[in-house]
Amino acid sequence: MSVAPTLLAVEDLTKSYGGVHAVRGVSFSVAAGEIVALIGPNGAGKSTCFDMLNGQKTPDRGRVRLLGEDITGRPPRAVWRLGVGRTFQITATFPTMTVRENVQVALVSYANKIFNVWRSTPDFERGEADRLLELVGVGGYAERPCGELAYGDLKRLELAIALANHPRLLLMDEPTAGMAPRERIELMRLTARIAREQSIGVLFTEHDMDVVFEHANRILVLNRGTLIAEGSPDDVRRDPQVRAIYLGEGLVYDARHREGAGA
Amino acid sequence: MSFYIVQFLTGLASAASLFLVASGLSIIFGVTRIVNFAHGAFYMLGAYVAFTLTERLSGTLGFWGGIVGAALIVALIGVIVEMVLLRRIYRSPELFQLLATFGLTLMVEDLVVLIWGPDDLLGRRAPGLRGAIDFFGQAVPTYDILLIVLGPVVLGLLWLLFRRTRWGVLVRAATQDRDMVAALGVNQKWLFTSVFALGVFLAALGGALQIPRDAVNHTMDLRIIVDVFVVVVIGGLGSITGAFVAAVLVSELNAFGILIFPKISIILVFLVMAVVLVVRPWGLFGKPEAAARQTPGLSVRPWRPLSSNERLAFIGALIIAAALPLLGSNYALIVGAEIAIFVIFAASLHFLMSVGGLASFGHAAYFGLGTYGVAFLAKFLGLPMIVCLLIGPLLGLLGAMLFGWFAVQLSGVYFAMLTLAFAQIVWSIAFQWVEVTGGDNGILGVWPAAFVATPARFYWLALFVTALSVIVLRVLVFSPFGYSLRATRDSALRSEAIGLNSKRIQWTAFVIAGTFAGIAGALFAYLKGSVFPDNAGIALSVDSLVMVLLGGVETVSGAVIGAIVYKALSIWLVSYTELSKLVLGGMIVLIVVAFPKGIAGTFGNLVDSGRLPFFKRALPRASQAEGAE
Ligand SMILES: Nc1ncnc2c1ncn2[C@@H]1O[C@H](COP(=O)(O)OP(=O)(O)O)[C@@H](O)[C@H]1O
Ligand SMILES: [Mg+2]
Repeated sequence: MSVAPTLLAVEDLTKSYGGVHAVRGVSFSVAAGEIVALIGPNGAGKSTCFDMLNGQKTPDRGRVRLLGEDITGRPPRAVWRLGVGRTFQITATFPTMTVRENVQVALVSYANKIFNVWRSTPDFERGEADRLLELVGVGGYAERPCGELAYGDLKRLELAIALANHPRLLLMDEPTAGMAPRERIELMRLTARIAREQSIGVLFTEHDMDVVFEHANRILVLNRGTLIAEGSPDDVRRDPQVRAIYLGEGLVYDARHREGAGA
Repeated sequence: MSFYIVQFLTGLASAASLFLVASGLSIIFGVTRIVNFAHGAFYMLGAYVAFTLTERLSGTLGFWGGIVGAALIVALIGVIVEMVLLRRIYRSPELFQLLATFGLTLMVEDLVVLIWGPDDLLGRRAPGLRGAIDFFGQAVPTYDILLIVLGPVVLGLLWLLFRRTRWGVLVRAATQDRDMVAALGVNQKWLFTSVFALGVFLAALGGALQIPRDAVNHTMDLRIIVDVFVVVVIGGLGSITGAFVAAVLVSELNAFGILIFPKISIILVFLVMAVVLVVRPWGLFGKPEAAARQTPGLSVRPWRPLSSNERLAFIGALIIAAALPLLGSNYALIVGAEIAIFVIFAASLHFLMSVGGLASFGHAAYFGLGTYGVAFLAKFLGLPMIVCLLIGPLLGLLGAMLFGWFAVQLSGVYFAMLTLAFAQIVWSIAFQWVEVTGGDNGILGVWPAAFVATPARFYWLALFVTALSVIVLRVLVFSPFGYSLRATRDSALRSEAIGLNSKRIQWTAFVIAGTFAGIAGALFAYLKGSVFPDNAGIALSVDSLVMVLLGGVETVSGAVIGAIVYKALSIWLVSYTELSKLVLGGMIVLIVVAFPKGIAGTFGNLVDSGRLPFFKRALPRASQAEGAE
């Protein structure tokens, strides 16, 4: 990969809840167009990291910079306006709206038409909404109440919403949780393609090591709030510390496993 | 100096009852997550029952036996209420729980009058404590001293109960994690029932202890509940210590507020509450609540703009309504205009409540401000009617800007309590500031201009403004703003993550709703020719809630239908029965338990099930788009 400008730079990020050190002194960066996986066992602090990156939570210490600009402690809506899209571990959508309207609301916000009181939202940039839905593969459900979607499709819808503001950076917390293995690979392929085409940086967490090793350009390993390894998929795969952590979870990635899944 | 000390002691004595009622509310909320709006009613019942018992029983023992006995009897009533009603709604949306317990309050108010009569009752004074203690030349009633001691004693007893008994430990565990307690094999049903009984006991005791100090009457429930809400908002819902500290604070503010602003003493309490809300939104001793169950809604049927057939139906209904003057009597036209005005009022609350998920329990504040806005302009400045109608509602707008800013900082039950308290403040100002508002006598002689002076013409004017308002509100619902508002209701997390400023959006919605309520109020002032404090009263706030609920909270057109049916029904009820509150309260409880989707919601279900083909819309096809292959 050619040298891309640093998109996201995180320094010494730290957060504790009472006595629990959820995240401790985490530093890393993501370049434009780069796909970075943040992995680690449950409770390692991945979601907490994400929450601090988009302003959902304020770090106790540390800085978050987007294209050099310090965005630490800004509210989520401000971070979003700077071009950071986010999907949640537990999907957050608007259940009483149709699938298309979910995207249209994001488009309304992107166009700064929130306080417009006379236009009709169901007609607002319908074409663009449908294009995004088509892109993530739920175009056929545009008119369906969003509450009726299967969980996997909700994840896709979240991706469409996150893409509505032409983001520079996508934060995806367990984007494929609750999906069938084939669907996971498919969704990540799609995400990788979009990221490549639009030069979007992607930071994602994932439990499925097949997905991680196939798509990540770089992997960060978090354990009990600290970054214990970082590097290319091959480096991380060979790291003894990582193996030790993952052995317990039965998630060790090795060549045999890969052949089995790829067949 | 001694005067101030005595004033301080009086404040402390008043704090005792307030603390008892507020702590009961907090304890019930902690475990059941229900804010019991009927708590004031139990307080009032405690006072009435204690009145009766202490009249019958003699001697010191009889008196105190009567006080405690009354609290026990009312606690038993509470147990029945919990088993019959609350158990059915523990899993209902918050709004329905608030409404059901409010309905209960209304029923109790009429029942109390039925049993004890409408007049104030003067209770017996406590034997042996009739006198006063001389305090640097000022008299302090002995009974007050007892109350002052009682507050901290009860606080201590509650502390012991929750720390030192197995039951108390269970209750605290349940307050932290309900499911865990269930997993431990504790009988949850009885735990809830016993907690409710304790809460009601405290409320009733608070009421019973008041009888030597104050007359017993059938409006004391609403007076106390507003104070209690202020207390728990300041102290923090769920905290007993918070209830104690805030009860003392509020009572002292009331005691000294009278000295500082004799006319509008409530202002001082409001100012303190405002400061607390800004600095600590969850109260002095409260903990931030996790986001509560969202939306008043029960299902997910996306809203759609009217189909062309539905538009025809709307225009048809409007034409029929406009033809009423050809058929109806003058009385029918006046009733018709009143119903039209209430359609605006209900539609404005619907916008806030159904679209924004913000259930205001004090929406009448802005209606009332609209009436006074018009009355001030017409009477003090002598402006013509058209100008008054255009500018008068701005008072509602201003009120909504001020109160709304604070209210939207909170959500769920806190929002409900706060809006109710604000409405009560508006009512109190209208009631107390006699020089400006005329107090209880109101402002008379707000007559419409000559060109709408006949019932038919006024009716047409009301109908016109109503149709316009309903259309504007409907356009708003489907506008980008309406969708953004719904987005904040559906998922606060997602809306912030797509750049929506929830608080500002909700504040704007609050102001819009308040303005339309003001418009309704402005028309109402001209319809009645006079304005009174009750135009901002709790009864009116409840009316608007019931109209929205009756029509169906989840629908767009429900408010209109609900207002028409409800208003017609209540005008009819008032002329046929003395017990309108009993019927109304019963109706609310019934809707919540048996009919939660309301009229329009049920109608919508019929349409969806294909039983009403005329209104059928093209249902989205369940197509089989799969993947990005
Ligand atoms: N709101 C919270 N309050 C207290 N502890 C929390 C909170 N959120 C997360 N934690 C704790 O912080 C740690 C990291 O959690 P999280 O970031 O969700 O991990 P992951 O996403 O890697 O599974 C865990 O120990 C979790 O229990
Ligand atoms: Mg997580």
